[in-house]
Amino acid sequence: MKHSVLIFGPLTDITGQGQIEVADIKHTDHLMARLAEMYPAMEHQKFAIAIDNQIVNEVTEIKEGSSIALLPPFSGG
Amino acid sequence: MDFERYQRQILLQQMGVAGQEKLHNAHVLVIGAGGLGCPALQYLAAVGVGHIGIVDHDMVDLSNLHRQILFGTDDIGLPKVQSAKKKLTAINPSIKINIFQEKITQSNVAKILDTYEIILDCTDNFATRYMINDACVLMQKKLVFGAISQWQGQVAIFNASPLGVNYRDLFPIPPQEGEVKNCGEAGVIGVLPGIIGTMMACETIKLICNIGQALVDKIFSIDVLTMHSYTYGIQSNEAAKKLMPKSLTALEVTDYEAACGISSKAMQIDAEVCIEKVKTNGAILIDVRNTDELPKLTSLPCLHIPMADLQNSIDALNSEEIILFCQSGKRSFVAANQLAQLLQPKQKIYSLEGGILSFLAYTKRQ
Repeated sequence: MKHSVLIFGPLTDITGQGQIEVADIKHTDHLMARLAEMYPAMEHQKFAIAIDNQIVNEVTEIKEGSSIALLPPFSGG
Repeated sequence: MDFERYQRQILLQQMGVAGQEKLHNAHVLVIGAGGLGCPALQYLAAVGVGHIGIVDHDMVDLSNLHRQILFGTDDIGLPKVQSAKKKLTAINPSIKINIFQEKITQSNVAKILDTYEIILDCTDNFATRYMINDACVLMQKKLVFGAISQWQGQVAIFNASPLGVNYRDLFPIPPQEGEVKNCGEAGVIGVLPGIIGTMMACETIKLICNIGQALVDKIFSIDVLTMHSYTYGIQSNEAAKKLMPKSLTALEVTDYEAACGISSKAMQIDAEVCIEKVKTNGAILIDVRNTDELPKLTSLPCLHIPMADLQNSIDALNSEEIILFCQSGKRSFVAANQLAQLLQPKQKIYSLEGGILSFLAYTKRQ
């Protein structure tokens, strides 16, 4: 099972694109581990995770068809 | 009130005369008269927000003009708050504008925010953004948040619901300076702050008049390159609550700049001093760039520890003098200041000014 992940802001400098595919993830800790494998530089980045349009703070289940997005903080004004 | 001026918006069913009066009686503070602040201020003044405060310590610079649309070439070198007040008064002389030509800090933030109900964060750095957020939480002020990066923007409203969701619920810990590029480093398209700043003004109007569905406890994210936009709900984050100062007195002694790694303890040295320190004092030289960055330094012994790994490698940094370098000297200076907080008092930390580029230019001249 694959999930597509929306990537925002400077995080796309690491992934090279605004949307990536991640396979076999059941919860947000899985997602973080897979991201770190695919893009080691992601491990040190700060970002919020949204699952099904809701920012999540704790380990959260990722269901089949769930939408995933990674939002980094922006400082520009 | 000048009904003719506002006739077009009074016509709106959601606004009416009652809505216009709410705008007229509102007190709104805009912090930062830059890319976001200019369009936000322009619309808040034009729609008739009766009391507007503007905080900014900066002067107008030529590089501001592509996006900071309240200013023209004649304003270069003038204080932003004064030029802004002049332009806004010309747009709408019937509103009161109060200017604060000072840097907002933990010492004056409570006093500046005091008489305003809604605060617009139009600033450009994390240290100030976290301080404004915390002050708004402690003072129970509604916070309209906007931020931009390259082609993307974020808008949110914090602290405006019984839940009191705020910026720390989204990002509990401030990023370190240099960890996230600002507009000066990453660039920004001129029209983007216009879009985001105008959305902030629109959300402010909705909050004041209590109409529609404002972005309360939500973050809106847009990419103007693709015109894709998304809205995400934000929930309270228990862990984040512990990171907040508990009172305004505690906020006043919180060092937000140090929390973002800005407090400067590291010294900058040039190539000549650097070579001397490595050869005679046994200073450790560290390349903090990512491993794939070129050119490499070959003329002196050096370690490679990318910036993100530095704090974990602290035990290996046992020399009395440590010199960090990167490409241009910017990242290494930030890293040196972060590391300065963790080292032993007798250890001295330096950053190679101008980075490896200056270093190679110097050795070529010799």
